[in-house]
Amino acid sequence: MTDVVMRAEDVHKRFGRLEVLKGVSLDVQQRETVCIIGPSGSGKTTFIRCINHLEKIDGGRITVNGHLIGYRQKEGKLVEDSEKSVARQRTQIGMVFQRFNLFPHKTALENVTEAPVHVLGHSKEQAAEEGVRLLTRVGLGDKCDTYPGKLSGGQQQRVAIARSLAMRPALILFDEPTSALDPEVTGEVLTVMEELAHEGMTMIVVTHEMGFAREAADRVVMMDEGVIIEEGTPEHFFEAPEQERTKQFLSKIL
Amino acid sequence: MVWERIAHPDHVFFIALTRTVYVAVIAQFMGVVLGLIAALMRMSKLYPMRLLSGIYVWIFRGTPLLVQIFFIYYGSNQLLGFTLIPNALHLGFFSLDGAILAGILALGINEGAYMREIVRAGIDSIDKGQMEAAKSLGMRYGMAMRRIVLPQAARVIVPPLGNEFNNMLKNTSLLFTIGVYEMFADAEIGYSNSFLPAEYFLGVAFWYLVLTTVWTFIQAAIERNLAASERGEEIPFFERLQAAWNPVTAWRTR
Repeated sequence: MTDVVMRAEDVHKRFGRLEVLKGVSLDVQQRETVCIIGPSGSGKTTFIRCINHLEKIDGGRITVNGHLIGYRQKEGKLVEDSEKSVARQRTQIGMVFQRFNLFPHKTALENVTEAPVHVLGHSKEQAAEEGVRLLTRVGLGDKCDTYPGKLSGGQQQRVAIARSLAMRPALILFDEPTSALDPEVTGEVLTVMEELAHEGMTMIVVTHEMGFAREAADRVVMMDEGVIIEEGTPEHFFEAPEQERTKQFLSKIL
Repeated sequence: MVWERIAHPDHVFFIALTRTVYVAVIAQFMGVVLGLIAALMRMSKLYPMRLLSGIYVWIFRGTPLLVQIFFIYYGSNQLLGFTLIPNALHLGFFSLDGAILAGILALGINEGAYMREIVRAGIDSIDKGQMEAAKSLGMRYGMAMRRIVLPQAARVIVPPLGNEFNNMLKNTSLLFTIGVYEMFADAEIGYSNSFLPAEYFLGVAFWYLVLTTVWTFIQAAIERNLAASERGEEIPFFERLQAAWNPVTAWRTR
């Protein structure tokens, strides 16, 4: 557990006059699962969207596997990278969205094989074989030819997880993956995520599911008003959070 | 007799009818392509692109189609200083009269200005999450547009596109003014030779009605085909067309 997969150093992000991230620094090691918690508006979603450059950052730097994300060094200054190399870097970083964002005009299997075939250039046969394996792994081996519209929210989110796994990313970002789900189906998604965590996938998870954090997280990070105010093991957060703000927040969601 | 014109159109009339149809089809196709290009330019990050797209729509929606037709046929060579509109265009086995070429260009360019708004509304209607999901899988803008956004936008674009084509079929009659021998020209010439206006104009109206009615059925079939595939059903297009053609089922399932 010594290899840093993702390193954020003093990341700043502004939307107009509103400063959403006010200097966030975080290292994530290989095979580590980090949960980011915090009230809405604290910047946690914005932060993980910066990691795959869906949001541009206004200050600081983010590296994944040692490569600077979204920018490159030019004469000592950082300039925005070309679209092509940003796209290439994103193949390394999976993302699972709150609202799944499956492609509704493609079947579950086509959703999973789309990027391996058209971005990585894998053969259709190879991608389909791998896709069926991944869908089976998330418990949807029988839904390969089903369109997203015919799947429940929990099933859709599991397809979305399989879709990002198909790229064999170094890191997967989860943006509140269960917030849009009915309470009764959150379990099936969390189970898949717990399995992934135990198998050693490197994951950064924005979530309010403290049960998941307790079960699967190596580390929990609490954000508030654009900064990280506390970090530690899940036990630390359950037993003895230090900050008053953290105690307040946890008492509300637990 | 009107009935004579309706029931026994002569050979020359059928050539004129065919011309009306292919001029409308080519001009509409051109309009869709131009509309797509202008819509993408409208959404570009580069200001000159957006400006150019704006000027295009401003001019071609803001002036009469008839003026545009006359300008392109009579005026464009003079303005450009080279021959945009030749007397005849020879494409292998096929040759096109200069007036037809000018007519197709004018109708197509004019149509592009209207199609831009339709295409843009279609693209705008697709959830931003689709583009983000495609990008997070490593797709570049062009591929994400082509493979993910546009196929979904097509479903929104098709119904208004069908209405545009209905207009296009009728607008081809304006080309009679620059000497294109299409359906209306045939009627006009028949009338001036015979002084039987009611007969000739009612006759040609009937045939326009035939064309637009046939198109209405084709359009209904296409729309229901799209709706069905959105629900995940695979219904062969031909069966859809038959269902649309059959007045009983068309009425019931509309």
